[in-house]
Amino acid sequence: MSAENLEREPLFSAKNKKLLLGPINKDNPITIQVLGICSALAVTVKLEPAVVMAISVTVVIAVSNLVISLLRNTIPPRIRIIVQLVVIAALVILVDQFLKAYVYDVSKQLSVFVGLIITNCIIMGRLEAFAMANKPWPSLLDGIGNGIGYGIILIIIAFFRELLGSGTIWGIHVIPKFLYDFGYVNNGMMILPPMALITVGIIIWVQRSRNRELIEKN
Amino acid sequence: MYSNGYIFRYASILVILVAAILSATTLLLQPAQERNVRIEKIQDILASAHIASTPANAQALYEKHIIREIVINNQGEEIAVFGNGNFEKGDLRAFNIVLKTELKKKELAMAGKTAENPVFPLFVCQKDSETIYIIPLYGRGLWGPVWGNIALKSDFNTVEGVTFDHKGETPGLGAEIAYAPFKNQFNNKTIFNAQGQFSSIQVVKGGVFNSNINPMHGVDAISGGTITCNGVSSMLKDCLENYVLYFKNQNAI
Repeated sequence: MSAENLEREPLFSAKNKKLLLGPINKDNPITIQVLGICSALAVTVKLEPAVVMAISVTVVIAVSNLVISLLRNTIPPRIRIIVQLVVIAALVILVDQFLKAYVYDVSKQLSVFVGLIITNCIIMGRLEAFAMANKPWPSLLDGIGNGIGYGIILIIIAFFRELLGSGTIWGIHVIPKFLYDFGYVNNGMMILPPMALITVGIIIWVQRSRNRELIEKN
Repeated sequence: MYSNGYIFRYASILVILVAAILSATTLLLQPAQERNVRIEKIQDILASAHIASTPANAQALYEKHIIREIVINNQGEEIAVFGNGNFEKGDLRAFNIVLKTELKKKELAMAGKTAENPVFPLFVCQKDSETIYIIPLYGRGLWGPVWGNIALKSDFNTVEGVTFDHKGETPGLGAEIAYAPFKNQFNNKTIFNAQGQFSSIQVVKGGVFNSNINPMHGVDAISGGTITCNGVSSMLKDCLENYVLYFKNQNAI
């Protein structure tokens, strides 16, 4: 055995850093992989639920990636999707229970959406595409990276939807009173799901025009 | 390859393990969760009488302000009174009544399917020198239950304040019932008309101004939240009507 093989890879090697940071921009689950759009539409009316959703999804995706990666050599391929689902569902219930016990207000804000994390395609996507074939540490990083990548987009969308739709940020009014006196009106359209999709579209547009290598060639 | 036996064993062990972890967590966290639910109920009751509280001081404020918990039956008679930490009458605390079950009983009793009579809770609150009567509410919204409290002034007619909450109404639309702009509309409305008949308070689609409903008994609905708002309307009617006899017995009206 050569000395190179014995030498352990550093925890934050260039490859691992890419796993963590890639999904935030060039490999973003929402804008590039176009996964998890459904929940991005549902929880982005207000900023606060979006932030908590982002944190919850990051926790669930990171831990489930880690668990599945640890189990990957024992999971029979024929029932792998079921095993992944059981792990995700169990983690989501745990998160929900902890939120209810320790941050009750926030858990009320999120209500049904915590349960919806189970159906978030990003999580199953990462388990299937990454954790099933990689070691635990890279899988954990991949999970955190994708969770953050998802969360950032969620927070950006929620910021604009809350600002333009309700005139508030984190529940506090920021649009000054005199603008309303001059006839400014909150855009009710922003509260409805279609505008979330359009906002995602605008983010994709901005991202690709800043980063030309992301544009598909055909 | 993996044998069928291995797959079965794998699946069984995994499921049993997960079930054990989940049950253990639920058992461990249950006391904290139940405490949160209890504190929330207290805070909601106080909030309807415009008494601000935090989770930390809610219990103390409740003991200070809620001087009596009354349970009434459908004839409008008091069957239990709890005050100053002991029972003056009966042995049922209004705080422990589950309104959902009582409303179900009422529905069944009206259909003649059960002889069991429902009972309803009423909280008597002392704020400054005012006596306020707080009535819990429970009903159906669009996606799930909606509930709340309505506080009436000592004339049993004028609204002091309301609180609403919900399980999962649409954020930005139906969920707006839980926020001040909607709730504040209820202040100083009345639930009895000039002839002393029960009229409840309606949440009016398209606005009270454009309808023929007396503005004393109507508030504006939320655009895009019609089903939730209709749910609030029928919740107010279904819950308040149970107290009409009691209020009349108190000969305040």
